[in-house]
Amino acid sequence: MMSKDINERSPWQDITEGNQIYEAATSRAFCTGEWRTCTPVYGEEKCRQCLLCVPVCPDSSIPVREGKRLDFDYDHCKGCGICAKVCPFGAIEMKEGK
Amino acid sequence: MAVRERLSGNEAVAYAIRQIAPDVMPAFPITPSTEIPQYVANYIANGKVDTEFIHVESEHSAMSAAVGASAAGARVVTATSSCGMALMWEELYVAASDRLPVVMALVNRALSGPININADHSDSMGARDSGWIQIYAESNQEVYDNFLQAYPIAENPAVRLPVMICQDGFITSHGVENILLVEDDKVKEFVGEYCPEHYLLKEKETMAIGPYAVSNYYMETKRAQREAMKNAKGAILEAAQRFERMTGRKYGFFEEYRMEDAEYVIVIIGSAAGTCKAAVDQIRETTGKKVGLLKIRVFRPFPEEELAAALKDKKAVAVLDRSEMFSATGGPLGAEVRAALYDVKSRAEVVNYFYGLGGRDITVEDFRQIYDRLEEIAQTHIIEDMYAYIGLREK
Repeated sequence: MMSKDINERSPWQDITEGNQIYEAATSRAFCTGEWRTCTPVYGEEKCRQCLLCVPVCPDSSIPVREGKRLDFDYDHCKGCGICAKVCPFGAIEMKEGK
Repeated sequence: MAVRERLSGNEAVAYAIRQIAPDVMPAFPITPSTEIPQYVANYIANGKVDTEFIHVESEHSAMSAAVGASAAGARVVTATSSCGMALMWEELYVAASDRLPVVMALVNRALSGPININADHSDSMGARDSGWIQIYAESNQEVYDNFLQAYPIAENPAVRLPVMICQDGFITSHGVENILLVEDDKVKEFVGEYCPEHYLLKEKETMAIGPYAVSNYYMETKRAQREAMKNAKGAILEAAQRFERMTGRKYGFFEEYRMEDAEYVIVIIGSAAGTCKAAVDQIRETTGKKVGLLKIRVFRPFPEEELAAALKDKKAVAVLDRSEMFSATGGPLGAEVRAALYDVKSRAEVVNYFYGLGGRDITVEDFRQIYDRLEEIAQTHIIEDMYAYIGLREK
């Protein structure tokens, strides 16, 4: 059984043995961004593309394309604020709420 | 032809491990199970078996490595005792809930404290709720035979649960007895190849084992685990039947010794059953009194219905526990046997005694006195010693 066939209404008989998941990277489907109570806001004009924020993000929520960071992946960003703390240029501001 | 030998219980288990040749053995030494990994390490060093031995720094790591290796798709064995198993506590539950058919050779020893290295069942009884199948032995022959049946039970597709093969520390683990060993090729055929359907190292399949289960999934997962434990009853009997066809030696959930016409019965687990059998024979020969013994082999899953059927029409039953559970009333076996009898509305008088804690000997004379006491209780229906300790010094 694939993980997409199992949900919070599945009877116990349909749960896989030991909850095993026979797919890869299913964590993408789990929107941890829903947990956020503070939200980082990306100030593109202040950003120098030093990319210090990228490796410190615990949820890999700062996508990088062709050597440049893009805006946040808000589906998975939990709003921890580490990126704002590490940014030397004040390009990331934490705002209250989602 | 079977091979006649003289082996200790630990030697017998190590011999069985060599014959089965599991892929991986992570283990850490602790008295009285130390010899098992030691003998297996000798077999490996002498080129007798190609099991990968993992030298771990603790039992916590031993069971963690067992879980990892089993998840990867390997057939895994480990051995431990007492506080060693206590240090595995967290991973015992993980192995069971991840449905990994790991086999553990457990040499029963009292848990600290006070610190003690001798036989009692406090280690495995403490882990009775962990989701492991538990099979106990009276003799070296039985622990060897049980070990050969462990993987066919654990790996049965309807089960897929870890199994503990238990024996009493020093009494059987270090006591040398005559034993009949099965030939290597027959063991290989009996145990078979381990071919799991899903495992982490399987080519062209991606999978995750042991994911976080929020409260929306946890109960359903536990219910499925319970079903596997129910299925284990069939798997245990199936393995026993195949084993009997191979060796002629018969096993079930429990052994009934001179029970057909018995009126007074002792229920017990492990090596002390041998001493009890001597008492049963002696009493029957000298007095003709109808005494019998029911020796539990399988404690998890608990053979509730079968046990109740075997005991319900007896006059009096003494259930003997070799571990305390400090409910300030009875012990674990006593509680479960009495619960089983309640459901069948049995009229048998039942007492629950403790014996052998921390390796205290129990003698034929002790058993004779228990049978005398059962006869008295059956006549008077007065029980004043419901949770007595056998062989205790007291004022």
